[in-house]
Amino acid sequence: MNLFARTGKWASLLLAAVVTLVPLVVVLFAAFKTHAEYNATGPLTPPRDWLNLANFRTAWTDGDMLRGFWNTTVILVISLIGTVAVGTLAAYAVSRFTFRLKRLVLGLFLVAALVPGVTTQVATYQIVKSMGLVNTLGSAIVLFLGTDIVSIYIFVQFMQSIPRSLDEAAVIDGASRFTVYRRIVLPLMRPAIATVVIIKGIAIYNEFYIPFLYLRSSDLNVISTALFRFKGPYGAQWETIAACTMIVILPTVVIFLMLQRFIYNGITTGATK
Amino acid sequence: MTSVEYRAGAAVSASPPATGSAAGRPRTGWWRRWAHWLYLAPALALLITFTYVPVGNMIWYSFQRWDGLSPTMTFVGMDNYGRVFSDEDYWRVFLVSLYYFVASFAQIAIALYFAVLLSFQTRLRNLFKGILFFPYLLNGVAVGFVFLYLFQPDGTLDTVLRLVGLGEHTRYWLGDAEVANFSLAGTSVWRFTGLSFVLFLGAIQSIPTELYEAAEIDGAGRWQQFRFIIAPGIRRIISLSFILAISGSLAVFEIPFIMTGGANGTRTFVIRAYETAFQFRQIGLASAMAVVLLLLVLVITWVQRRLVPDDEVTLS
Repeated sequence: MNLFARTGKWASLLLAAVVTLVPLVVVLFAAFKTHAEYNATGPLTPPRDWLNLANFRTAWTDGDMLRGFWNTTVILVISLIGTVAVGTLAAYAVSRFTFRLKRLVLGLFLVAALVPGVTTQVATYQIVKSMGLVNTLGSAIVLFLGTDIVSIYIFVQFMQSIPRSLDEAAVIDGASRFTVYRRIVLPLMRPAIATVVIIKGIAIYNEFYIPFLYLRSSDLNVISTALFRFKGPYGAQWETIAACTMIVILPTVVIFLMLQRFIYNGITTGATK
Repeated sequence: MTSVEYRAGAAVSASPPATGSAAGRPRTGWWRRWAHWLYLAPALALLITFTYVPVGNMIWYSFQRWDGLSPTMTFVGMDNYGRVFSDEDYWRVFLVSLYYFVASFAQIAIALYFAVLLSFQTRLRNLFKGILFFPYLLNGVAVGFVFLYLFQPDGTLDTVLRLVGLGEHTRYWLGDAEVANFSLAGTSVWRFTGLSFVLFLGAIQSIPTELYEAAEIDGAGRWQQFRFIIAPGIRRIISLSFILAISGSLAVFEIPFIMTGGANGTRTFVIRAYETAFQFRQIGLASAMAVVLLLLVLVITWVQRRLVPDDEVTLS
């Protein structure tokens, strides 16, 4: 590569990194500034004291973030366990049984993937309401449980790669079909389950619309809605909002650094089908 | 159980309805014929309850006038649809999608550029990949606040502009109706470029390396490698990205809702539908809007399938 191309390449990479990181870094700066300092200094000036955690303390208590994280965790754990159970069972039926309506069933999941979720909420809301779930964590859980085509696809793909001779051997030894699922297929599915848990987990952690619509009472705040409630009353206290934003972002940073490889794999298998 | 029995459904029509098999475990013909539905039942029940029933109801509501509370609705025929297309307040919001649609072209172009750049061996490749991708993982409300902060008067953007001597170009990035949509669409590019980038990079890296080696032996340069190896290899994912861009720009909600609440001409179709349903309690009208959007998305997807017939998604 000649010098010109090489310079262009590094310049563009550097520019992209700056454009991506600067908006986040300035919020991090603001989170450590005192109110007076925030008013006196520009956004690009680093904070005087990197150990000033007062804003984080205010944000944590005023935003009731502990409750937000707790509610998010409850929703995450139950919906993820549910999704994996529901999804692997369905995938087991699709990959290990032959039946006439299989194409129709798959078609139902495929077409449902085209329906933009945000728009049907008008009607979904009435159904969730008639079940008495509005303003309970159950509403979010039941909506996140609905297995999407992506999870089913990942499960089916993976299940295909588990040799059928394994199940057949177990069946000859007298195992029922459910035992085969529970004792043989499910334990071997661990990598696929990890992929689904990661991509769906991130999506649930970041979801805003469903909790905003269904979990109105402030006891039921998840982290997205807890953060959103800072918008009005704290308009003049950016350093508190900045701290709360950082509190919400931090778990994502940690998860990303720990699970990078899984996340990339999950995103690419998930989106291309 | 033999392996003939194992393939449950296949032999069903031939096998007589056997009854009373071993140890009370139900292995009758009935059982064999229906067992797979038990495994599918939870998934199908959720799918039907929370996707297909709502869509059906939505179509039904769209012909009614209803506040969502009273036990009775009034049938109004096509009135709601008429309103969606004739009332400027309603159809104008479609135009806001155009900003996001155009922005998604920029997003695809930027993502493609960096995916090709980083597909070649480069120092710090993983670092740059991580940085470019990371915004996609962030919480939408957090992204909204980060950019509210960036765009505020005398905020980061203004400061940077002054720093590089473009101080006279500062404006109310979110308050000025002329630029607000550009600011929001820009935010959306910042948020989603990483996703397209990682998808493109994955597609490029799944091209066998022997192809490049062979091309190099034949004397092909970088541009020719891109033109004849990379481009055909990623055609499918790019066409998919365009479809997602169209349906995505019609269904924009989070960024403008969080950042401006739809003020200053940034109200999108979904924000309008949300307000109509949950603030003005006009369920019928909101449903008509949702049906229109759903039909648009389905038509676009169908057209794409016709234009770029890809290998059928095979699951079985």
